[in-house]
Amino acid sequence: MISLEHVTRNFAVGDLEVSALRDINLTIAAGDYVSIMGPSGSGKSTLLNLIGLLDRPSSGIYRLDGRDVTSLDDEEQAKVRSEKIGFVFQSFHLVPRLTASMNIELPLILAGIPPDDRKARVEELLQDYGLADRTDHRPDQLSGGQRQRVAIARATSMHPAVLLADEPTGNLDQATGREVIGLLEKLTEQHVALILVTHDPMIGSRAKRQLHMVDGQIVSQT
Amino acid sequence: MLTSDLIRLSISSPLAYRMRSLLTGLGIAIGITAVILLTSIGEGLHQFVLSEFSQFGTNLISIQPGKTQVQGANVGIFGSVRPLSIEDAMALRHLPNVEYVDPSVTGNAELRFNGKTRRTMVIGGGHNLPRVMASRVQLGSFLPDEEPASARAFVVLGAKAREELYAGQNPLGSYLKVGGQRYRVIGVMEPKGQILGFDMDDTVFIPAARAMELFNRPGLMEIHLSYKASADLDSVLRSITEALKERHGRVDFTLTPQAKALEVLGSVLDVITFAVGALGGISLLVGGVGILTIMTMAVSERTNEIGLLRALGAKQKQVLMLFLIEAMLLSALGGLAGLALGFGIAQGLHEFIPALPVHTPWQFAALAELVAIGIGLAAGVAPARRAARLDPVDALRTE
Repeated sequence: MISLEHVTRNFAVGDLEVSALRDINLTIAAGDYVSIMGPSGSGKSTLLNLIGLLDRPSSGIYRLDGRDVTSLDDEEQAKVRSEKIGFVFQSFHLVPRLTASMNIELPLILAGIPPDDRKARVEELLQDYGLADRTDHRPDQLSGGQRQRVAIARATSMHPAVLLADEPTGNLDQATGREVIGLLEKLTEQHVALILVTHDPMIGSRAKRQLHMVDGQIVSQT
Repeated sequence: MLTSDLIRLSISSPLAYRMRSLLTGLGIAIGITAVILLTSIGEGLHQFVLSEFSQFGTNLISIQPGKTQVQGANVGIFGSVRPLSIEDAMALRHLPNVEYVDPSVTGNAELRFNGKTRRTMVIGGGHNLPRVMASRVQLGSFLPDEEPASARAFVVLGAKAREELYAGQNPLGSYLKVGGQRYRVIGVMEPKGQILGFDMDDTVFIPAARAMELFNRPGLMEIHLSYKASADLDSVLRSITEALKERHGRVDFTLTPQAKALEVLGSVLDVITFAVGALGGISLLVGGVGILTIMTMAVSERTNEIGLLRALGAKQKQVLMLFLIEAMLLSALGGLAGLALGFGIAQGLHEFIPALPVHTPWQFAALAELVAIGIGLAAGVAPARRAARLDPVDALRTE
C-alpha cells in the first residue's frame, strides 16, 4: 500500500546541505504493524512526516495505494491526508478551547461531512474509547491517558488506511502508555497500517516489523 | 467544510478569549459610533436646513435685477441695469404655466399707533405674498388683488407687530402710521416664528408700489413667481427670460429657481455630512489596526494548532478562511455594537437637546456596517495568509 523508492530528503542548514533521509526503500502493506526506532536526529520523524504528506521528498517516488503522491499540489495532498492518514502525536495536540467531542469531530468538519453523520460517528468513537462521560470536557480537564485516547479517536474518525504515531507514549506513565499502545495495536486488526516512531525498545519490540534508523538510513529490518 | 462549521470554528477562538475580543471589538465599535453619531448630526442638520428653505415650496422662481457676470471694462450707460418694475411683474402673469407672480420690496420703517412707536421690517408685496411665504392670515384678510398702480393704503400686521402695538385690542379698521403715512389695518398674520434668524412675526405687509415709494426705490428688489408643478422648469425659465428680454432689451436680471438652489444647498450639506463621517472614519481605522494586531498575535499563538489542522486534512484555503472570518466576525460584531451605541447616543442627544436635529438614515447604518466588515477583512488578510502559508511540519513542532 505504501511504497517508497529511493527517497531522499535534504535540508539546507545555512550553506550546508544536510541529508535527513538517504535512499530509503520501504513497502508497507495494509494492516502492517511497523515500529521505527533509532537515536534522535536519525530521520525517524522526517520519514513519518513524509509518509504523512506533511513533507515532500527531495528525490525519489512515494506511492500510496498505487498512486504517485510525490508531486500532488497542496489541495490534493490535504485531501489524501484527510481521507487516508491519521496522526497521533507525543504531545496530543488537542485544541484547548474545544471539547473532547469537538476535537474528535475536527477531521470530519474539515472534510465537510454533514452534522448528522458526524454526530453518530463521534458518539461511537466516544463509546469505543471509554470517553462517553468526558464528552463536554476540555483538554485541560482530562488526564494524559484520556487526552491521548481523544487524539486516537480523532485520528481514526475518518477511517484512515494508515495511522502514524510519533512517540505516542512519550508523555505518559508506563501503565497508561501500555494501554494506549494496546488501543493502537487493536487498530491493525481492522487492516489499518500502524507506523510507530519510538525510542523505547520495550514498545518498539512489540511490532511485527521493526526498522532501525541511523543517519537517515534504515540499517536493519526484522 | 460547511459554511456553518466554518463560522462556528472561527468564532470559537474569540469566544475563548472573551476579554481580548471585547476590547478588540470595542475599537471598531467606537469608530462606528463616531461615524454614526457624526453623520446623524450632519444629516439632521441637512434636513433641518433644507426644510427651512423648502417650506416656501419648490416650484418657485426668484427674479432679481442685475446679471451675474464678469466683464473687463466699465460698460458705462449701456451696462446699466434697468430696475425691475411692477409692470415687469404684471407682464409675467400671463405667461403659460405661471400660477401667480408677486412683487417684493423690503425695508425698515417706523410704525406709530396711539402714541406707541416701533421699528419693524416692512415687506411690500402683492395679494399672493402669503402663498410665497407659506404663511396664513389669522384675522381679517390679506392685501386685496388690485391694480398695483392704484393700490390702496392697507396694511397687514405680523403677529408680533400686532402684539407690541395693539396688545389685546382688535386692530382691524384702525389707522397705523407706517413711515409717516397713514395705513388702514385690514388683517393680522398667524405667528410664523423665525426663519434663519429673521423674525417673520415682527413685520408688516403693505402693497409693493407703496413700499417702493416709501423707501424711495426705483424698482423692485425681487419678483416671486410660482409655476405649475407639472410644468417643465426649463421651458418656464425660457419664457420668462424671453418676456423680460423683450421688455428690457437685454438680459439684465437673474433667475434663481428654488429647486436648483435647494439642489446646490443639498450637495453642499452632503459634502459636510461626508466630511464629518470621514473624521469618524479615522477612529474606525484605528480599530482596524487593533484587529490586525490581535490577529497577528492569534496566528503566532496558534501556530501549533494551524499545524494540527493541516495534519488533519485542512487545506491552505481553509486555514486562510478560518482566520479571515475570525477577523471579520470581530469587526462585524464590534460594528453592530457601534451601530446600537451610535444610534442610542444620537437619540439620547435629541431627547436632551431637542433643538439639535438628528437623523440616522438606514443607508448610513448599512454602509457603516459594511465598512466595518471591510476593515475586518482588510486587517485579517495579512495574518490569515501568513497562517495559511506556514509549513505544517514547522508549525507542529512549535510549542
